[in-house]
Amino acid sequence: MDDLPEKPDKKPKQPREETDEEPRFSASGLSRRDFLKISGVTAAAPLVAHASALAAVEEEVAVRGPGKTPVTLSVNGKELHAILEPRVTLLDALRDQFELTGAKRVCDRGTCGACTVLLDGKTAYSCSVLAIDVEGRQITTVEGLGEPGKLHPVQQAFVDNDAQQCGFCTPGFVVATKAFLDQYPNPTPEQIKHGLGGNFCRCGTYAGIRAAVGQAAKTGKVV
Amino acid sequence: MADQTNKYTWPPPDQRSLIGKRISRVDGPDKVSGRAKYTYDVHRQGMLYGKVVRCPYPHAKVVSVDTTVAEKMPGVAAIHIVQGPGTEINWAGDDIVVVAAIDERAAADAARAIKVEYETLPFFLDDFTPPENVSGRPKSPYKKNDERIAGDPDAAFKDSDVVSEGVYGCPVITHCCLESHGSIAEWTDDDHLFVHISTQNVSGVAGEYSGALKIPAGNVHVHQDHIGGGFGSKFGADRWGIYTAQVSKKAGGKPVRVMLERDAELTLAGCRPSIWARVRVGAKKDGTLLAWQSDSWSTGGPGGGGAPPMPYVVNIPNQRKQHVAVATNIGPARAWRAPNHPQGCLVTMSAFEDLAAKLNMDPLDLLLKNIHLAAPSTDTYNRVGTYRDELVIASDLIDWKKNWHPRGQAGAGPVKRGLGVAIHTWGGRGHMSTCSLSINPDASVEIKMGTQDLGTGTRTAILMIAADTLGIPMEWITLKIGDNQYPPSGGSGGSTTIGGVSASTRRAAVDAREQLLTKVAPAMNLEAADLEIVRGTIRQNFSPGPAMTWKEACARLGTQPIVVVDPNLGAREDLISSGVGGAVMADVSVDTETGIVKMNKTVCVQDCGLIISMKTAESQVYGAMIMSIATTLYEEKIMDPITGRMLNPNMDFYRLAGIGDVGELVVHFMTGKGYDERGPIGLGEPATVGPMAAIANAVANAIGVRVPFLPITPDRVLAALGNAQGGSNARV
Amino acid sequence: MRAFDYASPTKKEQVSPLLGNSWGAVEILAGGTDLLSLMKDEITAPRRLVNIKGIKELHGVSRVPEAMRIGTLTTLADIASNSEVQSLYPVLAAAAGDAASPQIRNMATLGGNLCQRPRCWYFRSGHGLLAMGADGKSLVQQGDNRYHAILGNDGPAYFVSPSTIAPVLIAYGATVEILGPHGFREIGLEKFFVIPKSEREREHNLKPNEMVTGIVLPGKTPPGLRAGHYEVRQKEAFDWPYATAAVALVMVGSTVKSARVVMGHVAPKPWVSPEAANALIGKAVTQATADQAAQAAVTGAKSLGHNAQKITLARVAVKRAILQAAGSSESPSIAHGVGGAS
Repeated sequence: MDDLPEKPDKKPKQPREETDEEPRFSASGLSRRDFLKISGVTAAAPLVAHASALAAVEEEVAVRGPGKTPVTLSVNGKELHAILEPRVTLLDALRDQFELTGAKRVCDRGTCGACTVLLDGKTAYSCSVLAIDVEGRQITTVEGLGEPGKLHPVQQAFVDNDAQQCGFCTPGFVVATKAFLDQYPNPTPEQIKHGLGGNFCRCGTYAGIRAAVGQAAKTGKVV
Repeated sequence: MADQTNKYTWPPPDQRSLIGKRISRVDGPDKVSGRAKYTYDVHRQGMLYGKVVRCPYPHAKVVSVDTTVAEKMPGVAAIHIVQGPGTEINWAGDDIVVVAAIDERAAADAARAIKVEYETLPFFLDDFTPPENVSGRPKSPYKKNDERIAGDPDAAFKDSDVVSEGVYGCPVITHCCLESHGSIAEWTDDDHLFVHISTQNVSGVAGEYSGALKIPAGNVHVHQDHIGGGFGSKFGADRWGIYTAQVSKKAGGKPVRVMLERDAELTLAGCRPSIWARVRVGAKKDGTLLAWQSDSWSTGGPGGGGAPPMPYVVNIPNQRKQHVAVATNIGPARAWRAPNHPQGCLVTMSAFEDLAAKLNMDPLDLLLKNIHLAAPSTDTYNRVGTYRDELVIASDLIDWKKNWHPRGQAGAGPVKRGLGVAIHTWGGRGHMSTCSLSINPDASVEIKMGTQDLGTGTRTAILMIAADTLGIPMEWITLKIGDNQYPPSGGSGGSTTIGGVSASTRRAAVDAREQLLTKVAPAMNLEAADLEIVRGTIRQNFSPGPAMTWKEACARLGTQPIVVVDPNLGAREDLISSGVGGAVMADVSVDTETGIVKMNKTVCVQDCGLIISMKTAESQVYGAMIMSIATTLYEEKIMDPITGRMLNPNMDFYRLAGIGDVGELVVHFMTGKGYDERGPIGLGEPATVGPMAAIANAVANAIGVRVPFLPITPDRVLAALGNAQGGSNARV
Repeated sequence: MRAFDYASPTKKEQVSPLLGNSWGAVEILAGGTDLLSLMKDEITAPRRLVNIKGIKELHGVSRVPEAMRIGTLTTLADIASNSEVQSLYPVLAAAAGDAASPQIRNMATLGGNLCQRPRCWYFRSGHGLLAMGADGKSLVQQGDNRYHAILGNDGPAYFVSPSTIAPVLIAYGATVEILGPHGFREIGLEKFFVIPKSEREREHNLKPNEMVTGIVLPGKTPPGLRAGHYEVRQKEAFDWPYATAAVALVMVGSTVKSARVVMGHVAPKPWVSPEAANALIGKAVTQATADQAAQAAVTGAKSLGHNAQKITLARVAVKRAILQAAGSSESPSIAHGVGGAS
C-alpha cells in the first residue's frame, strides 16, 4: 500500500492561484489605481441631530477588486499572503489558500458554527466575513489552539469526555468553548445553554461537550 | 490462552485488559485540533472546483441546455451535461449540468451563465391526506405496499373491553450530514480513477463507478480518512459521484471536487420517509392486548415509503394492517438510522399510551403486562426478560413511580410535566469484514481493513480488541482503514460495523498471537499453550518463569513477518449475534400557553451484547437520544405546495437541537452475564428508535391530550389543546 | 456570490457618494452576517460593497446629559456589555445579549440588525421581497405561511420584520440618526420601518444613498420606567422567534401612567400597539389587566391560513412582557419558552 495518497500539501505560504495581472503590492497594500475619487459633503456629527453644517469635499476612497487583490492575513500568529477576489470569505481563504481546514464549511450562512474562529479573541463565523475585511486582525483557528501531543486544555477535555463523534462540528465547538470559558471561567448550566448556543452538532455530542466544559472550567466541576 | 475447543471466543471479564474499558477515542486529538482530514478538506494538486446547475422544478422535462457562453468564461476547464434534453426530472434540485473551473467562484459564474429550458409537468407532494382510489388509476401516486391479517382481528375487537382509536404520524425529515455528500475524482491514467469520497462504504463503492464508467472495479481506488456524518445516506457513489468523475475526464483527468451545497444536501441527498397512520387497539380491562388494526401511508419521494413494523415489538395476536406507499416529487429516501423503526415505534407506542390512558392504567404497567408478546427469545437471548429488566431500571433512573401521574393530572399552572415510555429493537449482527494483521520483526504491528469510522469509534474498537488480544498497548499498533486497497469490509449501515470488524479483528489477532507464541516457545523451553502476553511481555501463564519482551519475541521472526488475513465468517460467525432491545423514558415540561416543549430528562437502557469501547458506545446512545429530540420537536422537510421546492433547505429553518435543548441524558447498558457472551452487537440504530415515541408520550401525559403529529411544535400543541385561533399548520 | 469592488471609506461623509441612487447596486457592509448570506443566495448582487467599519465615529456608545447615542457599528455584544446601556436601558442590553448566537453578537452591528432583510423563505429563495408568483398572486398567501405576518398583513407584504432589538428600542423611544448626501436627519425609530408596497421599496425609509449612523435614546429615563421583553421561541438559543414583545411602562405607584407595547416578528414592521398601551393606562398591572392588554394587542390580527398559532403566541408574549416589566425594573431577565414570567 505504498501508493496511498500522500498527505495534502503542507501549508503553502504562497497562494496557489495565479493572477492575470501583476500583484500590486505597495507599502499600504494599495496602489494609486486602488482609489476612487468621489465628491461629497462633510457634516458635523450631531449627538442629537439637528440641521448640520455641510461642506463640499473631494475625497479619495480606497477601492479594491472586483478582480484579485493581494490580501494579508494574520493567522495563528503568522502573516499569510494570498491574492484573492474581494468576494472570498475568510473561511474559504483559510481552507483553500492556507490549508487550514479545521474550520468547516457546513451551512455557509452563519448558522451552524462549524466555521467558528477567533477574531481578536472573539468568536466569529468565518463563513460570514470576507477575507479582505479582516486584514489587520488577529485570526485564531482551531489549529492555532493546540496540536496532537500539545493540546489546549479545552481540546484535551473534548478528547477525555468524548465530546465528538464524526468530528465535523468539533473544531468549531472547540473554538467556541475556548472563547466561552475565557469569558465565563466557571459557567452555570444556564450560561452554557446560551454561551454555546451558536454551534450545532448532528451526531449529538452535547452530553460530552457539557462534561468537557466542566473539566476545562477552572473549577473542574462537572456541569 | 484461548479455549482450544473453540479458539475464537471473547475473553472472560477477568482477562480483559481493554475490552469494555473507558478509553478515549484514538482519533480524538486529530479531530479536536482540526488535523483530521475529511473529504471536504482534501486539496489535490491542480484541483478544479465543480458547481452544479440544478432543476428548479419538482417535475419537468429538460428541453434544451445551452452552455456556449459558459464554456468561454475564464477559468472554466470542463462542462458536462448530466441530464440533457428529453430527461424527465422528478424532484426539484436534481442535477442538470456540472461545471469544473479553477475556483469555486469561476465555476459559479459559469454555472450562472448556462441556460436550461424546461417543460414543467404536474407534480404531487401531498403525503398527508389519506390516500383514496389506491388501486386502479394508472397515474395514481398511491400503491398498496403491504396488507396482512393475523389471527382473527374482527372477533378480537369484539372481545375487547376497550378499543382506543387514534391518528399518529411524523413528516419526512432529512439526514443533514454536516459534511455534505461529495467527492474529489481524478484519473491517474485513461482507465484508472482515484476518488476521495465521503462514504459509509469504502470497500463497496467502487463497483458503482466501474459500472457507470465502464472500467474494471479494480481500477477504482477509493480513499477516505474521516467522514462528517452519514446516518444511512452515504452508501452509493451517487449521480454526483459519477459525474464528478466524468467531468474530471473531460478536464483531462484533473482532480475535480464536487461537494453538495447545503441546500442541495438537504433537498436531495436523502430523506427519511414520513408515516401517517390510523390505528385501533383493543384490550381487556386488565390491559391484555387483543387486537390491532392500522391503515398507514407514507412517502419517501418518487418511490413512496415502505411499511414500518407495526405493531412494534409487541406482537399482538390478532392484527389487520395495510400500508400505502405515496409517490411524491421530492428528493428520494435513503436509509436513515434504523429505517422504518422509529416510525413504527412512534405509531405503536403512541397507540399503547392512548389505550393505557383510556384504561386508566400506567402505560409502563401496560407494557409490562404484555411484554411476553415481544418477539420470541432464543437460546442465547432472553428477550422478554431483557425488556422487563430494562423497563425496571429505566423507571428507577427517571423515578417513574414518583414522577408519573395519570394523563392530564399535571397540576395547576401553565407549565405541565409528563413522562413517557417506549421500547425498541434492532438486529445489528456484524457484516462481512476481513482483517489483515501483521506482526513485523521490528516489533511493529499493522492492521489493514477496508472499513470506515463514522465517528462511532470503529478505529478505537479495532485497536482495543487487537491490543487486548495481543497483550500489547494500543499505541504499538498502526491501524489503516478507509481505503479500498485494504481487505474488504462491509458498509457501515444497520449497526453492522462493530460486529463485523470486531469478529475479524479478534480472529486475526488470536491467530497472529498464536503464531508468534509458537515461534518463540522453543526458545523459552515451553509450549505455546503455556505462554501469555501481558503488557508487552511474553511469559509463562501458570507461574513465574522465563519472560521475553515483545521486541525480543518479534526479533525472532527473522525476516518473515507474521501476516494473518481473517474474515468474519458471516452467518457462521460465532463471535457475534443479532437482536437487541432497549427501553427509553422521557420527562418533559410543556408550556400550555405557548405550546413549547422542554426536555427535562431522557433515559435509555440498552443492551448490545459485549461492549468493546464503553466511552464511544455511550456517545452513540447520547447521540441517538439527542438526534431524536430534534426529530421529535423540530425537524421537518417543508415542501412548498406552490413551487414544489423545499422551503427550509438551510440550518435556520431546518432546525437541529442546540446544547441547551436536550435536558439531562442518562445511558445505562445491560452488561455482564447473559449479554457479554453474545459478542458485540450494533448500537447505532436501536437507541435512535424509542426516544421519539417516549417524548411524544411524555407530552401527551403532560398536557392530557395527544399531539398526534410530529414535530411537536407550538402550533400542534396549541391545536391539540384547542387553543389555536382559526386555521393553523397543525392539521389536526 | 457575484464579483464586486470593495470600497473602504474612512469618513462618514464619504459613504453617501459611494452608495448611488438605486437599491441593490451598492450595499453597505457592516457586520456582514446577513449581507453575505443574501449575496451567496444572490438575493442581492451588488457591484460594490462599501465597508464602513473604518469609520471610527460610527462605533461605540457615547453619552451627554440629554442623550445616549449608540453608533451604528456597535456590535450587539458591545451593547449587551456596555455598563451605561445596562444601567439606563437594561432590557436593551438583555435583548442584545440574547439575540442570535455569541458569534453573531460579536459580529453583527446595531445598524445591520435594524436593516437586516426578512427571513421569509419565499424572499430568501429568490421570489422577491413580496414573493409574487408568475400569476401575480402572492406565494405567501397561497403557500406555506406558518411563520408569516398576523398583523399589517393586508398585503402585498406578508413577511415579518426580523429584528428582535428594534421593538425594544421603539419601546424605549429611540430615534434613528441617518446620514445622506445633504446631511443628517433623525426620525423616530417607529417611523423608520415601513411596509413596502412594491418590489422597488425596502422595509425602511432610508434612501439608497443614506445610511444609519446611530440610534439616540434619551439621556435619562423618567422615574418609574419599567420595561420587559419576552420572546416566544422553541429553542433555548439561536432560533427565530414566533413572536416577541417589548413593553415600556411608566408607573406612578402601582398605576400605569403611560405605556408602549411593541411586537416583533408578527408584522412586516415592528408593530406598535396603542390598543394594548391604552388598555393599561390608568390601571394597575395584574394578570387580568395584562391579559386584557395582550388581547387588545392582537385584536386586529388575522391568520393567513397556516399561522393562527402566532396570534396566540403574540398575545402570550405581550402578556408576559407586561408582567415582567411590572415585576422588576432592576433586573429584567429575558425569558422565553417554558417557565416564563407568568
